[in-house]
Amino acid sequence: MYTQALNAGAVGAGQPPGEDAALLARFQERVDADQRIEPNDAMPEAYRRTLIRQISQHAHSEIIGMQPEGNWLTRAPSLRRKAALLAKVQDECGHGLYLYAAAETLGIAREELVDQLLTGKAKYSSIFNYPTLSWADIGAIGWLVDGAAIMNQIPLCRCSYGPYARAMIRVCKEESFHQRQGFEIMLTLARGTSAQKAMAQDALDRWWWPCLMMFGPPDAASQHSDTSTRWKIKRFSNDELRRKFVDATVPQAHFLGLTLPDPDLRFDADSGHWEFGAIDWDELRRVIAGDGPCNADRIAARRCAHEDGAWVREAALAFAAKRQAKQAA
Amino acid sequence: MAPGPIRVAETPLVSYLLRRADDALVLGHRLSEWAGRAPTMEEDMALANMGLDLLGQARMLYAHAGEVEGRGRDEDAFAYWRDERGYRNLLLVEQPNGDFAVTIVRQFLYAAYAEPYWRAMMASGDATLAAVGAKAEKEMAYHVRHCAEWVVRLGDGTAESRARAAAALTELWPFTGELFEVDGTDRTLIAAGIAVDPQTLREPWQRTVIQVLAEATLEAPPAGFMRRGGRSGRHSEHLGHLLAEMQHLQRSNPGAAW
Repeated sequence: MYTQALNAGAVGAGQPPGEDAALLARFQERVDADQRIEPNDAMPEAYRRTLIRQISQHAHSEIIGMQPEGNWLTRAPSLRRKAALLAKVQDECGHGLYLYAAAETLGIAREELVDQLLTGKAKYSSIFNYPTLSWADIGAIGWLVDGAAIMNQIPLCRCSYGPYARAMIRVCKEESFHQRQGFEIMLTLARGTSAQKAMAQDALDRWWWPCLMMFGPPDAASQHSDTSTRWKIKRFSNDELRRKFVDATVPQAHFLGLTLPDPDLRFDADSGHWEFGAIDWDELRRVIAGDGPCNADRIAARRCAHEDGAWVREAALAFAAKRQAKQAA
Repeated sequence: MAPGPIRVAETPLVSYLLRRADDALVLGHRLSEWAGRAPTMEEDMALANMGLDLLGQARMLYAHAGEVEGRGRDEDAFAYWRDERGYRNLLLVEQPNGDFAVTIVRQFLYAAYAEPYWRAMMASGDATLAAVGAKAEKEMAYHVRHCAEWVVRLGDGTAESRARAAAALTELWPFTGELFEVDGTDRTLIAAGIAVDPQTLREPWQRTVIQVLAEATLEAPPAGFMRRGGRSGRHSEHLGHLLAEMQHLQRSNPGAAW
């Protein structure tokens, strides 16, 4: 699973005092030579801050992303699906942990990042603010949301920051498994009873446009991809990735015998691409601003888990302190 | 696929397999209810892990029950198309998750029994049960270790965690007698060399429990009335809700494949 608008751009344009031009030039040379930047290497402060924000947003998205799918864990229609879904939700938690650890290599504690999520200071992918209303949504999320995530994340395996790039290699392997699993759920439904096929179509109708929004605002409206591109954090533009996703996904929908909810969708023989209709960017703005169908529920659930677990974490700390004191004595 | 709820003609072996499968499914389902709600991310992973172990055990046991029954029923027929009264699980495993202490104590009390149980079952005359035993005893050994560590942390942590752990023990203790119950089904299969006598598991279970509680500075509740009925389908009120949620999609679409 994944975060969107990872490309929201570099933080803070100006360089802090004391960061001399020579350092920046040396850093850029290393990036240009495709050398990996590692935690103890010198790096511009803005690079560090950009990465912390991007990696932690990605981690938050994994953790919040457990909710829409967790919503169907206790109602999965077969034991095989139940086990696969539980394993998938567990994978997402694992991705979250892995990514928080990658962010920590940049000098910030997981607790601080989690706090940013709970207080609403940090963002996560807008896609998880949509509800899962039927079992087919579990298929649609795997097929489309994870499919979109892969489009975005494969290039991140070559990101200039070593720990993030390495995390992405592992995450992408698991995501691609999830994507195939989701497609297989959709295929089973599409070839099932008329009620199941209707369920699959309804899920596609509701998830298609929000998935296209996952790639972030159109290039024309996105102000700050330049620095991220120069630093090789980002390698493709939003529109390029969106187009790749549409080109890959339309034939899959046709294979399923489902209809994409876009009357303007047509294949352009000259460009070799699928042309799609206008995206409702107001909707994306609304959902990012907090007015999506599930924003309040998602954060409330996260806070509830955090607060309910406080006494357990305190107990673990108290116990560890007692043991340490005993050992010291 | 069954057109409606099924009633299984329970021979001793089918009944025995369903009991074990139902224990694993119901407890695994309870653990899956925790997804995204655990006190730490690490614990979210661990609870899912234990839930997956149990779901895996349930699936193997249901599949075997289907073969033994010989009526072409698969794992989902048993899981989704039996009503509450047909479920054969222990009352312990259907108890609600409660707070983290209840979940951990429930898991600990069950695992401390299931580990020696499955180890002994590796010698079962039923080859499939022996194979399940070989896999499950390793899994349950991990559950014992993981949960024991938490029981100790909670018991010897803060005043609040200690009170919660003690309350969980008091709440769940009356369900532990059922672990060692022996009825006609058991006696038939024990005589046939297929089942292990649960009475022989009481001693290793007590040893584990007493040792961990001592380390946790907790005390076992005094011996008292023990609740029973799960093996004959007389459940607490909690199971029906769990099944209603779990089974509704299958049952709303009879004949559909998922």
